Amino acid sequence: MITFDRVSKWYGAFQVLSDCSMQIAKGEVIVVCGPSGSGKSTLIKCVNALEPYQSGSLKVEDIEVGAAATDQRKLRQRIGMVFQNFELYPHLSVLDNLRLAQIKVLKRDAKSATEVAVQLLERVGMQLHQSKFPGQLSGGQQQRVAIARALAMDPVAMLFDEPTSALDPEMVSEVLDVMTQLAQQGMTMMCVTHEMGFARRVADRIVFMDGGCIVEEAAAETFFKAPQSRRAQDFLSMILAH
Amino acid sequence: MDFDIVVIVRNFSLLAEGMLTTLRLTALALLFGLAWGTVLTLARLAPGRLLPALASLYVNGIRAVPLIMVIFWIYFLLPVLSGTQIGPFYSALVAFVLFEGAYFSEIIRAGIKSISQGQLRAALSTGMSYLQGMRYIILPQAFRKMAPVLLTQSIALFQDTSLVYVVGLMDFMTASAMVASRDGRLVELYSFAALVYLVISLAATLAVRHMEKKFKAGAQ
Repeated sequence: MITFDRVSKWYGAFQVLSDCSMQIAKGEVIVVCGPSGSGKSTLIKCVNALEPYQSGSLKVEDIEVGAAATDQRKLRQRIGMVFQNFELYPHLSVLDNLRLAQIKVLKRDAKSATEVAVQLLERVGMQLHQSKFPGQLSGGQQQRVAIARALAMDPVAMLFDEPTSALDPEMVSEVLDVMTQLAQQGMTMMCVTHEMGFARRVADRIVFMDGGCIVEEAAAETFFKAPQSRRAQDFLSMILAH
Repeated sequence: MDFDIVVIVRNFSLLAEGMLTTLRLTALALLFGLAWGTVLTLARLAPGRLLPALASLYVNGIRAVPLIMVIFWIYFLLPVLSGTQIGPFYSALVAFVLFEGAYFSEIIRAGIKSISQGQLRAALSTGMSYLQGMRYIILPQAFRKMAPVLLTQSIALFQDTSLVYVVGLMDFMTASAMVASRDGRLVELYSFAALVYLVISLAATLAVRHMEKKFKAGAQ
């Protein structure tokens, strides 16, 4: 469903992604991990064209993301994204956060947009907060709303860019629970995260990146039990040590 | 020295009419100036090179000339260019919109820059266009943040409208000046005019300060 073939990207002379290749099938959950600055976030932002790439091929449902003829707005409608800093719209209520793009982009009428929004808020356990504003919610609650907002567009795949990194420790699990549930319901997911427990339990495959390269790609169990590369071994020993 | 208050009462309707013109000019210049300033800002932040270059050339150009010159310029130039007389009110309005738009654009740009880029990315990631993201997500937040600065600039605009004196538009200042010289009551009329400008501007400034406090409290 999502295919990277030798995708490379430069910021000026600095190469941030080099020859990244991998495939994600429908319903698969991929966790992308690696040290900071390794290009993980950049890699997933390429999928919905928030970051352009300069060479190689990246296809979502057989459509080349970077091609001039590709309608990026159509593409983005089909791929949900959840950000590290939630990025809920602070001037809109929770309900309106979920309704805006449904109405303006998918052209749903207000009534059905509200129905979808309420249903999704129930799904992430936020139905009681629908008229509040983002500033009145905790980080974990905001991130659950952000997930619901992305789901409101009926995406075929979801991208998570370090969804729990900005959270206080006690709120991490409520967000991971929602993500786990989503994975179990068959959503295709690509998650950049340092939550190795989540990766182990939920991910089908782990992609380990370092220095802009995909260094290792393996089934979750294999990756944690027997990482092949030296860099992955170092990384794991470092983050699992504490 | 005799101070004749009666001259003001006697000419009240003329002065009131002048004030109405002043307020009308201020309100319209503010409205269209903001719209023009928003367009200029979007042009300055637009992708590519040409549009931003043209827009900043305009903004920096306008800010490098005195307002009174722009008023003169439009008053004499517009009839030549368009072949029609639009009168002092509309020519003054055009001048103010063109001039204030440049200043508003600076304020709006700062307001937009203060909103995190992540907000636009979030909007884009749901399939919204750049302009939709600006309209529904960035600009509403930016305008809220810059409301106090915009209102302060509007007070300056209110005072600046007195410059239409030079094209003979009967605003409050011109009306006061006219009565002053006609009735030979310079001290009374200019004092009264100063007092009126002072009271209105001061009241507006206090209102802005009050609003700022409320905003700050609301943001917590």
